[in-house]
Amino acid sequence: MESKSYTTGSRDNANRNLEGSKTLMASHFLRALFRIQQTSTTRSSFAGRRRRIRRAAYASMAYSAGTRRAWSRALLRKLRSRARLRFPRRLSRAARPQRGDTDQAQVLRKLVPGGPGMDYCKLLEETADYIRCLTTQVRLMQTVMDSISS
Amino acid sequence: MSSRRSRISEEEITELISKLQSLLPETRSRGASRASAAKVLKETCNYIKSLHREVDDLSDRLSELMATMDVDSAQAEIVRSLFRS
Repeated sequence: MESKSYTTGSRDNANRNLEGSKTLMASHFLRALFRIQQTSTTRSSFAGRRRRIRRAAYASMAYSAGTRRAWSRALLRKLRSRARLRFPRRLSRAARPQRGDTDQAQVLRKLVPGGPGMDYCKLLEETADYIRCLTTQVRLMQTVMDSISS
Repeated sequence: MSSRRSRISEEEITELISKLQSLLPETRSRGASRASAAKVLKETCNYIKSLHREVDDLSDRLSELMATMDVDSAQAEIVRSLFRS
């Protein structure tokens, strides 16, 4: 193998991790959808079903990243406490201003799960991973939509 | 101790900002040169907000669709299409 591999090595690892977690994400989300479908009756409200689907979306994201990431750990905690999932979050306690913070960094902290607890550097790292996961989840939902409506 | 840490962090932070910029949709299409950290953060916040909105929107539409579909055939269809994609 040529030296080419070492520069792309870390990207390959990231891609491999993404592939594995994509599968995890898809299977979790699908199972949740099936459960929702089976337990939804004509009496259950559209809003209720919609809430459950939205919750399943964030749950499958969180489970696919597992405990590896600070954002997914924070999201898992939130899901288990059955708290409302609201973005951007309303921070109940006054968030301690961090070093190197701008207004934008403060805004970002409210958007990324676990944001308030992170220093600036960690926030940037976690944000990148969170975005990758979000885009994967959105693509997954679009795929499901397309196949159902066809 | 803390000053040494901040020297390392400067480069790290530039690198991380750059990585964030590469994830933004505009950057991917236009191949933009390095933007300021402030701009990247701002675009990142907007991007995340739009992704959250997409999740909401897709949840709406999925909910509508699921009300009308027959479970078994839809299940099979979804699983098949996922393996194809």
